[in-house]
Amino acid sequence: MRDKRFLLCAVVIALAVVGACGKKKPPLARPTTPPPAATTAAPTRPPTPPEPVPETTTVPAEPKISDDPLMSGDLESINKNSPFQPLFFGLDSSDVDAAGQQALNADAEILKKYPSWTITVEGHCDERGTAEYNLALGERRALAAKTYLVSLGVPADRLRTVSYGKEFPFDPGHDESAWSKNRRAHFVVTSK
Amino acid sequence: MKPTALSIASIAALASFTVLAQSVQPPVQPPASQQQTEVRLVISSGPGVPVKLGIAGFLPLAQDAETVAAAKTISDVLYDDIAYEREYYMIGKDVTATVPKPASIDTVPLDRWRELNANGVIVGTVRKAGNGVVVQVKLIDVASGRTAFGKEYSGSIANPRRYAHTISDEIYKDQMQLNGVARTKLTFASDRDGERIKGPVGEREIKEVYIADYDGANPMRATNTRSLNITPVWSPDGNAIAYTSYRRGYQDIIVQFIHEGRFETPADGNPNKQNYLPVYSPDGSKIAFTSNRDGNPEIYVMNRDGSGVRRLTNSPSIDVTPTWSPTGNQIAWVSDRTGNPQIYIMNADGTGQRKITSGGYCDRPTWSPEPFNELAYAMRSGGGFDIMVYSFATGQATRITDGIGSNESPAFAPNGRHLAFTSTRNGKQQIFTIARDGNDLRQITREGNNGYPNWSR
Repeated sequence: MRDKRFLLCAVVIALAVVGACGKKKPPLARPTTPPPAATTAAPTRPPTPPEPVPETTTVPAEPKISDDPLMSGDLESINKNSPFQPLFFGLDSSDVDAAGQQALNADAEILKKYPSWTITVEGHCDERGTAEYNLALGERRALAAKTYLVSLGVPADRLRTVSYGKEFPFDPGHDESAWSKNRRAHFVVTSK
Repeated sequence: MKPTALSIASIAALASFTVLAQSVQPPVQPPASQQQTEVRLVISSGPGVPVKLGIAGFLPLAQDAETVAAAKTISDVLYDDIAYEREYYMIGKDVTATVPKPASIDTVPLDRWRELNANGVIVGTVRKAGNGVVVQVKLIDVASGRTAFGKEYSGSIANPRRYAHTISDEIYKDQMQLNGVARTKLTFASDRDGERIKGPVGEREIKEVYIADYDGANPMRATNTRSLNITPVWSPDGNAIAYTSYRRGYQDIIVQFIHEGRFETPADGNPNKQNYLPVYSPDGSKIAFTSNRDGNPEIYVMNRDGSGVRRLTNSPSIDVTPTWSPTGNQIAWVSDRTGNPQIYIMNADGTGQRKITSGGYCDRPTWSPEPFNELAYAMRSGGGFDIMVYSFATGQATRITDGIGSNESPAFAPNGRHLAFTSTRNGKQQIFTIARDGNDLRQITREGNNGYPNWSR
């Protein structure tokens, strides 16, 4: 009995030392302190030999048949709660900035996840440009988004573009908050 | 119908002779003829004083409501039509109302008109004939009592405004060798019918192409594609309107033959070959436009049937919004190759490109018809845009709108004396016309939002 208790103590201490070493903590501070867990726990321990600590194996639950709304939904509901992040632009600009690249990187992942989808990239402008020039600026914005997505490996034939200039503002307001929302490339799933 | 018209004209001539002995009636024209009387009398005034005209009225020769209404419409519209060119001083309607209406076209009380210092007075009659109407008009020289311009018109009574427009244009042509614009039409895009299509986020208000008289009256819808249709332009012969349509989900040019009810897509667009902002050459044989077919907005020209496509610009920047010079030898357009949108001109084959504006954001050049050597465009000023007129003769640009609202998309009248443009000065975007010197601003649309005006030849 004593032997076994001693053995248990030794194992616990050894484990503590190994653990401490593993953590690269100073090894000398610990051994002097007797492990209180061992002494206090020992009397209450059942006399039976401790069962080897089992490595818990989590049995994965059977994968649920998940209803991916993006897979099963109709185009209208997909586009209404679009998984794509729009790409926003500065005034009079069709340059893709860092935030825009991040958005497009995420959009490219979605396009790779749903390889059957085809997308129309809509180019939009705010009301501070002229109606006619904005048709070209919106086109440049849509083409800039497309070019970037193609560079990330999205096949060009999955991406259509169209420019609406300032014809279809997302926010009808007349302040910077509205304008910044209206200078965008917006992604619309056109078939899946 | 012919004998009746003839006899009335004869009676009128006789009455004229008996009542106003001093007046010399021009020879009675055959009533069916639309020939102008061969009278070379130009109403004049003293040096430096504008010629003063009054309208004595159009007399309905029957008292049925339709004839009475047509006579009033012709009189009112003719007043506005003549006033529009600002070449005559029109005696106010409140003043002319003090002169008793003549009992007939040949009994105008000229002494009363002399008291008003009128140099000329217009009088006419309206009567029904068969299924239509006959409108007779005379412009009388108040000093001599002679008829300076006299003519008879016949046709449908459905649109009496058309007679007023014709009379105004013909009086200006006869008296001043001036091409009036009373019979010209505007085309524009409008959401006035409130039609919507499903968009990715919500419903979107679409625009269709409309046609209206130069003063905005008599609007008619020309397209019914249930999609966005913008940037309409007239073919020079007035038979077709070319516009940018999204009916297939991308931009392409549609040429719609408005009287035949058929259309063509000469630029033959597809999702990778989108075409927009068409504009006819002055002779109608070619269309200049913008296309992304080579991966970037560039200017192209094609024959009106779509053959002979030629690319005119080649820069990695935006090239857009072409307009032809009156001779068709040059094209002005917009490029942002120096950083912001500016107006450029080039030869119609793409050679000789040069920038003509510098400074602020400029767009939508529109070349004036002859004889004015001008280019109008919209330039950013303050929070919006103003209409500028650039003179090739002086190299100077003049601002002709006043900084109120945003003013865009100028289009010259065919006589070069007026421009149509859009403005948000009264809230929604509406079409206005203005004289090329910046005077005489008139709002001509009021329903919905209206944009992209273009003036028929």
